[in-house]
Amino acid sequence: MRLSRVYVSIITIRHRGLGKATYNLLMWSWFHKFGSPRWFYDFSTRVLPWLAVLCAAFLLVGVVWALAIAPSDYKQGNSFRIFYIHVPTAVISLVGYYVMAIAGAVSLIWRMKLADIVMKEAAPIGALLTFVALFSGAVWGKPTWGTWWVWDARVTSMLILFFLYVGVIALHKAFDNPEQSGKACAVLSLVGTVNIPIIYKSVDWWYSLHQPATIKFTEESTIHPDMFWPFLVITTGFYLLYAVALIANTRLGILQREYRTQWVRSRLQE
Amino acid sequence: MAGKTIIKAVLRREFLLSVRNASASLNGVWFFVLVCGLFAIGIGPDKEQLGGLAPGLIWVTALLAVMLSVDALFRHDYADGSLEQLLLAAHSLYFLVLARLMAQALLIAVPLALVSPLLALMLGMKAAGLPVLILSLLLGVPTLVMIGAIGAALTVGFERGGLLLALLVLPLYVPVLIFAAAAVVSAADGYTYAGQLMILAAQFVLAVALSPLAVVAGLRLNYYH
Repeated sequence: MRLSRVYVSIITIRHRGLGKATYNLLMWSWFHKFGSPRWFYDFSTRVLPWLAVLCAAFLLVGVVWALAIAPSDYKQGNSFRIFYIHVPTAVISLVGYYVMAIAGAVSLIWRMKLADIVMKEAAPIGALLTFVALFSGAVWGKPTWGTWWVWDARVTSMLILFFLYVGVIALHKAFDNPEQSGKACAVLSLVGTVNIPIIYKSVDWWYSLHQPATIKFTEESTIHPDMFWPFLVITTGFYLLYAVALIANTRLGILQREYRTQWVRSRLQE
Repeated sequence: MAGKTIIKAVLRREFLLSVRNASASLNGVWFFVLVCGLFAIGIGPDKEQLGGLAPGLIWVTALLAVMLSVDALFRHDYADGSLEQLLLAAHSLYFLVLARLMAQALLIAVPLALVSPLLALMLGMKAAGLPVLILSLLLGVPTLVMIGAIGAALTVGFERGGLLLALLVLPLYVPVLIFAAAAVVSAADGYTYAGQLMILAAQFVLAVALSPLAVVAGLRLNYYH
């Protein structure tokens, strides 16, 4: 009863001409649009340059602020500045796994081709970020812990995360049929999602040398504001970089997947 | 839910197959013993040192043995078409797969658990850890079979899926390895180990509930055309 009434009122909105945008929002047409690789390709052609400029600005300001202006640490000296690369890449590599898994779930449930492409393109980017986090951690570990590598809880979980990414990439490459590989990777990344918290908790329990997290949202942070603001700027920059890389790779993936279609040919001839 | 008869039939088939082809079923056990021997040869005969390493060595070897056994879990049935018949059956695939995994878990875990005390003593592990080693294998190996089956289902279409399977599955084995090895080490050193075993049991329960879902999805996609 009620649902039909809602639909009736939506239709009257449409009839009264109260705005196409409201109508589109309520009728889920954005959802269908978003599932279309063609719409996404054209949309991202317009958005990507702006996003790239914004990303470059944030990164530039963040890097200068973090490396030149922010005060050095009283114990670690200048070596603490690796923090500004290490922490954002580590955080986004973990977030990236969830981006990949959610895209996989969407492609499994709604058979959305675009989500499938996003999932596959998210894997190598995430693996690269995980590698950067591990590498910068090793470089940071030498002056502060006195060793490149320790089998500490968070280092070990990052290593496992790296292999979870490698598994998805390897599985993707193993199939010839893109539809099959999409489903297989989606299942694997969902299994990984269930496992990540378990892996993190069990490795945490195993041994710990890593400093506890210093940035907390619920209580007072132990990081000085002069160090925190450049961190926020550079983290935003890294998130934007992730978005730009993902969108650019997805566009490439769309072209590869849809190269037989008319619209791709017409875009490429332009 | 699938009828009781079909679950019984699946269980009967698994056990019959393993009894009729006993030498293939024993390969995993031989592998287990052999690799533990290789560790001893590689590390050196010092029993002090080997005894300390034994819980970890035995568990890593057991984990590899399970992974290699699980690789063949669906391959035969895929090749001869009986897997397709199973997927076409009018019964809930979840319970069919679950029955099959339970049978395989039992068939893989029990022999490994039975041989493990012998290996532990050969490697010089303290005798106090033996009962917990057996218990940890009985609790942990079924979880490994359940997780490994997901990888086996995803790679069943490839003729040689072994290395790929390792890459997919081994990272997911980490939690089981941590708690199982920790339980054995604690017990061998005379500390309490109930907590670790309970966490192993919890992981088993979670794996039983969730992994058949992923296995079913993984098997289905091989018939997608």
